Amino acid sequence: MQRYLVKRIFQMLIVVFLALTAVFFMQFLAGDPVILLLPMDATFEEIAEMRERLGFDDSIFVQYFRFVSRALQGDFGPSLRHPQTAIQLVLSRVPATLELALIAVVVSLLVAIPIGVISAAFRGSWFDQVAIVVTVFGQAVPGFWLGIMLILFFSVTLEWLPTGGRGELNNLILPIITLTAFYAARFARMTRSTVLDVLNTDYIRTARAKGLSERRVLYKHALRNASISIITLLGLQLGQLLGGAVVTETVFYWPGLGRLLVQSLLNRDFPVVFTGVFFIALVHATLNLAVDLFYLVVDPRISYD
Amino acid sequence: MLGFAIVLIVIISSLFAPFIAPSDPNQANRPNRLQPPGSPGHIFGTDQHGRDLFSRVIFGARISLFVGLVTVLIAGTIGTVVGLFSGYFGKWLDSVIMRLVDVWLSFPFILLALIINAILGMGLRNVVITLIITGWVIFARLVRGEVLALKNRDYIQAAKALGQSELKIIFFHILPNVFTPIIIISSLQISQIIIAEATISFLGFGVQPPTAAWGNMLSDGRNFLFNAWWMATFPGLALAFTALGLNLFGDWLRDTLDPKISK
Repeated sequence: MQRYLVKRIFQMLIVVFLALTAVFFMQFLAGDPVILLLPMDATFEEIAEMRERLGFDDSIFVQYFRFVSRALQGDFGPSLRHPQTAIQLVLSRVPATLELALIAVVVSLLVAIPIGVISAAFRGSWFDQVAIVVTVFGQAVPGFWLGIMLILFFSVTLEWLPTGGRGELNNLILPIITLTAFYAARFARMTRSTVLDVLNTDYIRTARAKGLSERRVLYKHALRNASISIITLLGLQLGQLLGGAVVTETVFYWPGLGRLLVQSLLNRDFPVVFTGVFFIALVHATLNLAVDLFYLVVDPRISYD
Repeated sequence: MLGFAIVLIVIISSLFAPFIAPSDPNQANRPNRLQPPGSPGHIFGTDQHGRDLFSRVIFGARISLFVGLVTVLIAGTIGTVVGLFSGYFGKWLDSVIMRLVDVWLSFPFILLALIINAILGMGLRNVVITLIITGWVIFARLVRGEVLALKNRDYIQAAKALGQSELKIIFFHILPNVFTPIIIISSLQISQIIIAEATISFLGFGVQPPTAAWGNMLSDGRNFLFNAWWMATFPGLALAFTALGLNLFGDWLRDTLDPKISK
């Protein structure tokens, strides 16, 4: 177990390190960073002076090692458009994104798991048919369009809810519905198919033969074993949500990490973009590791020795 | 079959757009601006420049289908070749490629696409390049997994024993056997790519106005929600309808072609 843990952490560190390297090279692809820092009418001498001062005259290896050593201390340089440093800006937006992502995931699971389990238990019934149609729609409808339609109906036409912003409970409703529509559909489909697989196994037949109630068979035996796939998907989706609520945050003017990154990209504030991207890659890698370890808790048959 | 019918409607609309659309999608007509749906000559109404929305939605299908098909074709080819080599040769090559895939997948797809697009610059060609750069990994991972399962089969060992070259084994014996999953994932990926293109254009990158693309039309529509609901509604409906058709078609293809499911 310990050996596996060390190996897995080592693999995670490699992925994070490679992500950091990718971020370093992205900076150069984005154009000369010095020109982005200076006003449009800067003279050639001013550009040369700034380049020397910031160390862009050094060889690429020297620059790379300096970048990595600073990044390990959380120093990604200043934002080009804001008074704060890039890391300060990114961290200041994390709570808003975390709030949205966590609530969306919890609501999605609360909606999806019962739908998936009931659909599987009553395969082919009217409930199952309706659930299949709804989940197919949920996955096909683009999130940003659904968001706009919700604003059109609930904010513009009915004037019940605000069009965007953060601060009150009302502000959360539409973004959460938008995110839940997609993620609940995905979780429900996954739950249905894994529970269907599990229901065909011998131990479920045995549980039924023992005379256990159908509810107990479903929730205690089938769902527990189907939860491996659900947890895997959950870990992956949460990672995607933390950075991938980009569109929902933009549609609802939600002041989170995703919206900050879109604004920074439009303003070509690349230090902020790369810091945010590295942060998301780090969270993603950590969640992957957490998912692997969580398997041990859920399924005692899994052993990493 | 519903999926197939929807996909067919979208393909026909985009192929025959100049004959179906009642007017030039880019022709502005100021006095006619923000006309509601059903006004004379404008079944979907007009936008803020007086352009016919129905014509723009029909022409928008061309951009979406073009991006979807070209991207999946090129990204699919690159990903398949990488996956074949990675899975077949294994060892250090496989480790390097799979770590690269892990890094790629640790960035949210849409965010990575936005960054690459911001670096490359806007426009249709760069959207396609962006989506190829972000999209090949899905194919590489899928094909690599299939190859791992196939490469120790008896018929591959027999081909090796007969002295066939590695390249011949990869492209003539393994590739034909991974074709089915590639076709299934391609059909599902096209809808993902079409939505990604619309998202990139909606956020202000990608295809720029005045070219009619569903994403930038939705972006315009969002600014007129209070006085022209139709501007955001119809391009979005077209996008959702297309994505739904492609997803249903992909599911049908999987059920039909995958022997494990069709049993």
